[in-house]
Amino acid sequence: MSEVKFSKEHEWIKMDGDTATIGITQHATEMLGDIVFVELPDKGSSVVKDGIAGVVESTKAASDVYTPVSGEIIENNQSIVDDPAKINADPENEAWFFKLKIKNKSELDSLMNKDEYEKFSKESVN
Amino acid sequence: MEIKKTALYSLHQKHGAKFVPFANYEMPIQYPTGIIAEHKATREKVGIFDVSHMGQLFIKDDNQLAEDLEKIFPIDLKNILLNQSKYSFLMNENAGIHDDLIITKIKDGFNIVLNAVCKNSDFELLKKLLNNKYEMRLNDNLSLVAIQGPKACEILEKIISGISDLKFMNGNYFSYSSKNVYITRSGYTGEDGFEISIKNEIVEIFVEALLKEGGKLIGLGARDTLRLEAGLCLYGHDIDIKTTPVEANLKWAISKKRLITGRFLGYEKINSQIESGTKKVRVGITPVNKIIAREKTKIYNEENKIIGEITSGTYGPSVQKSIAMGYIDSKFSNIDIKIFLEVRGKKYPAKICKLPFYKKNYVKGAK
Repeated sequence: MSEVKFSKEHEWIKMDGDTATIGITQHATEMLGDIVFVELPDKGSSVVKDGIAGVVESTKAASDVYTPVSGEIIENNQSIVDDPAKINADPENEAWFFKLKIKNKSELDSLMNKDEYEKFSKESVN
Repeated sequence: MEIKKTALYSLHQKHGAKFVPFANYEMPIQYPTGIIAEHKATREKVGIFDVSHMGQLFIKDDNQLAEDLEKIFPIDLKNILLNQSKYSFLMNENAGIHDDLIITKIKDGFNIVLNAVCKNSDFELLKKLLNNKYEMRLNDNLSLVAIQGPKACEILEKIISGISDLKFMNGNYFSYSSKNVYITRSGYTGEDGFEISIKNEIVEIFVEALLKEGGKLIGLGARDTLRLEAGLCLYGHDIDIKTTPVEANLKWAISKKRLITGRFLGYEKINSQIESGTKKVRVGITPVNKIIAREKTKIYNEENKIIGEITSGTYGPSVQKSIAMGYIDSKFSNIDIKIFLEVRGKKYPAKICKLPFYKKNYVKGAK
């Protein structure tokens, strides 16, 4: 498995061959607070880089989830739909959002590595 | 205008509060454990709320005051007992709500607790309505702390003895740190609890003492989920100048006697609305699936016609489902009628239901 990459919209992406697993970061969950609802893209649907690919809602507000790369959704994680609290508990492992078949691997180039993302998320607070 | 801080600001900071501007005050929205943990702590044990941003208005008595206030408020103030509190509204001529409030009869006059966003305009309006006849003061030297939950009485009693004798919607003076505090048995969470009006200089040690006894600090986030589960209105959202108490389903707060005698602001409109009904009415709404319907969500009937709008909506941590309130065309306001909510362009089924979503645990009499 390759290294985990991060987007400016606070999503993480992990590649395994042509399959990308995507979720939201620990930092994102800390900003959102308790997540109580999640909506995921349908299996078989196509999503476009930086386009909306889901919604998370906390007790306070709704926020869009974006996809950092384009592709076709091959799986979505029903366990977080049934129990959204899992997202706060383990956002960067168990609570992944969806898997997609990546269309164009060069879209990964513009994403950040872990160090770059940590620096970015610290600066983006307030 | 410079943003204000309450006397408890540094205590909030010390306990890791996340702040938001609210009604021109820097207020804690939540603490590190989060809104759901705070909500559950209040329902299961005890929560402590800084509500010092709210207005504490004192109007000094004269034999005329109760009579003059009756020309404004739709409640029986001539027969109110000393230290009794009543929920009421400040309305305009058309019964549009300027603010909702709690009036308490105290020894030398009346105390009125006002919403933070409205307090200054309420003050000016009341001064005008009372023809400048009375000494009025919005007291900034006082903080207001709410303690709510099944253990509120037990914990507060340890710090200020005698408070457990207070009846619901009644208050009295007590002593803390050799200073007078005024405590009422009231709140806005659907739980038993108290509101303590206390001098700014001793509020921090008072709250620290409550925390030591097991109280948990609660921010505005959980205050909102708690009041919504209890079916209570938030001014500026569920009620405002464009809604009347009858439309808001708050008729119960209007004195039956005053409906006969009349002569209060908005009486004609209220009377005609009670007689002939209203076009719209506030109802409780529960989406069939997990979708959350926020403020401004449109409500549709089965024929795909817009019949109303959501005014508050969230996930209720104690009832463990999505809950909302809103105004709906009265023709469609029957319990269990099928409606649809438009969220992000899609329509989801929902039901009209009884309020509150969460059954109240008020203590009526003293133990």
